[in-house]
Amino acid sequence: MRTPPCLLSLTLDSAVHNLSNITDLSPLPDHILIELFLRTLRTGKLTERVLKLFIATGKDEVFSLIQALNIQVTVTPVLPTSKLMSLSIKDDEIDIVIGALRPDLTSFMNEWRTIFSRFHLIIVKDPDLKEELKIPEGFNLDVYKKPDIDRVVGTSTSTIFSGYSCRYFGYLVSRKKYIISVDDDCYPAKDNKGILVDAVAQHITNLTTPATPFFFNTLYDPFTEGADFVRGYPFSLRSGVQCALSCGLWLNLADYDAPTQALKPEERNSRYVDAVLTVPARTLMPISGINIAFNREVIGPALLPSLRLGGEGKFRWETMEDIWSGMCVKVVCDHLGLGVKTGMPYVWRNDRGDAISSLRKEWEGVKLMEEVVPFFQSVRLSREATTTEDCVAEVANVVKEQLGSKDPMFARAAKAMVDWVKLWKSVGSSTSSPGA
Amino acid sequence: MNEPATAIEAAVAASPLHQLKDELDIVIPTIRNLDFLEMWRPFLQPYHLIIVQDGDPSKTIKVPNGFDYELYNRNDINRILGPKASCISFKDSACRCFGYMVSKKKYIFTIDDDCFVGKDPSGKAINALEQHIKNLLSPSTPFFFNTLYDPFAEGADFVRGYPFSLREGVSTAVSHGLWLNIPDYDAPTQLVKPLERNTRFVDAVLTIPKGTLFPMCGMNLAFDRQLIGPAMYFGLMGDGQPIGRYDDVWAGWCIKVICDHLGLGVKTGLPYIYHSKASNPFVNLRKEYKGIYWQEDIIPFFQQVVLPKDCTTVQKCYIELAKQVKEKLGKIDPYFDKLADAMVTWIQAWDGLNPTSASFSNGKIG
Repeated sequence: MRTPPCLLSLTLDSAVHNLSNITDLSPLPDHILIELFLRTLRTGKLTERVLKLFIATGKDEVFSLIQALNIQVTVTPVLPTSKLMSLSIKDDEIDIVIGALRPDLTSFMNEWRTIFSRFHLIIVKDPDLKEELKIPEGFNLDVYKKPDIDRVVGTSTSTIFSGYSCRYFGYLVSRKKYIISVDDDCYPAKDNKGILVDAVAQHITNLTTPATPFFFNTLYDPFTEGADFVRGYPFSLRSGVQCALSCGLWLNLADYDAPTQALKPEERNSRYVDAVLTVPARTLMPISGINIAFNREVIGPALLPSLRLGGEGKFRWETMEDIWSGMCVKVVCDHLGLGVKTGMPYVWRNDRGDAISSLRKEWEGVKLMEEVVPFFQSVRLSREATTTEDCVAEVANVVKEQLGSKDPMFARAAKAMVDWVKLWKSVGSSTSSPGA
Repeated sequence: MNEPATAIEAAVAASPLHQLKDELDIVIPTIRNLDFLEMWRPFLQPYHLIIVQDGDPSKTIKVPNGFDYELYNRNDINRILGPKASCISFKDSACRCFGYMVSKKKYIFTIDDDCFVGKDPSGKAINALEQHIKNLLSPSTPFFFNTLYDPFAEGADFVRGYPFSLREGVSTAVSHGLWLNIPDYDAPTQLVKPLERNTRFVDAVLTIPKGTLFPMCGMNLAFDRQLIGPAMYFGLMGDGQPIGRYDDVWAGWCIKVICDHLGLGVKTGLPYIYHSKASNPFVNLRKEYKGIYWQEDIIPFFQQVVLPKDCTTVQKCYIELAKQVKEKLGKIDPYFDKLADAMVTWIQAWDGLNPTSASFSNGKIG
């Protein structure tokens, strides 16, 4: 016959079951306290409140158990009542990709905690960064470092992910529908009313409401609260098209080039413009990678690391990779009938680096744009290019033909674009579908 | 921000420097009275007004004391233009474009008589004219979009990636302002959202990119008459016409196509005025009804218009546009035939009243 449970055991079981009604454990003898603690752990009922109850007894055995088992009070993420609740977007449709160009991400992650903590994060360490990354606890994340990148794409290919381009690896390995990416020197901003801007919610709102590239609405985003299409806006164009890309802005240190910032070293952007607008079709603009979000399923392969300046460095003033990638994305979106929005959300960009010392390096980037802009303005894709991959391949071809001979940098960029499409097809999720 | 500024608040905000005092006319169409000017006095009194009185010419419109003005009623229009007066609308605010024609100044600011002084988020009264002047006197950037909006505004600049060769910009021909409170919605939208008020103050001016059309509103508008004046014809609307409330919208499509062709800029955004009166949506629906259908054909027409290279002046562009309107839109409705003819009459009338302006250059810098 099976031995029936003893009275003590039954009592302990009952205590565990009624933990929520217990307010004081100090009357319990030590050995029973410890047994209760262990049983609470085994049944998975150790909450912060219960832990505090045990700690309040002041018993050394309790403390040594807590230490031995490395039990820590985890910071409960404060879930904001964000607009995401009202949209039918699940948290698991979003990846936040952060390119780590600096090792200590502690303050960055902590500042973003209330906004980021409910999402999955992909942190990609710049393969050139030697120091170990410091990342605080309490996030759901995957970290990729050089060995990981080498493993996935091979050591010869992994060089394309150097510097700011490391985030593209994150895009490549993500399996989510939406990606949001901000630079690691940006913090959440406050709007005109002093309220913290939930950049993720705003980007998602931008991506999940239609864009209107074919006719300009003078009241900006017609789908936002309190606004609409104005008189004279054709009704047939009011349903809009799918938005593939959302470009945010920056308070404090704006994304100026080195000459501009060097000329106005004290200038900081303090103008909070309360608007989102669709960038009209066939209108190009410099798309900054500092604060960006996109629909990876629709436009993923078009955000790519390809143009690398000879003197590319670890400050945004010393790169053009995002500007080049952005021109490709806009051309592809225009061709596929997809929308690109610009405006909110804002992030607060911290002061970093010295414009004057970057001036020399970035001069070549500034000169390049004189060629790059007219080139992209003239690109026309063929009717047969109906997927994003096809479009990128065609752009690469035109780059090679028309710009390749002008500067070897362009020839390399064209090749990098072709390679990227191949890489995306083999490693990336191949769910890219033709535009709406 | 949900109320207009008082006269005292406007007085506080007014600066003693009244730019372009002798180079700018303010054109106001009215059928009622001009009481609203009292609110604007601190900002507008130094400027010359051209009042275009619509409706019954025997009625006397009282202009507040202290304003320097000229006033034209229907009789005056008929007298001055003779048979060409047929191109000027009657019983519709489109008649305001007569004011553009008779003006002798370089710049025009036009405003509706139900528009008051707005307030910015800090509560300060907005000097709309001052902002329009700023917009017109600084360059536009239609060839490449600047993500920080107007690069010539205080505290802003061109962003990384903006080619230096495009940073000089082009001359600004039009400054299109916006409205707080009653938004400029069409009748169907008004019927669906009768209570919606525009309370969003967007602190930006931006250039509308080349190749992009927009719905222009004549409530709060300024332009360089010498650069684009002849194209600011507000069409045939109102009495005896099948359509209304499309005057400014029509002009907006025409000027944008011509500005794009001549390399001129069009800005939109600040300044805001406070629009106080909502017109009757049922009356509006009746006026707009045909326009709502026709614009589905009109928009593609304007999007595809190509003006020949030898159209180097605004008048030549406009005559060519009139020709194409007749050819391509005439088949939608005979109204467009009449409109095309009126467009030509307008240019003839304009040139008649402004003889030295018969061949304006295209206004490009340098």
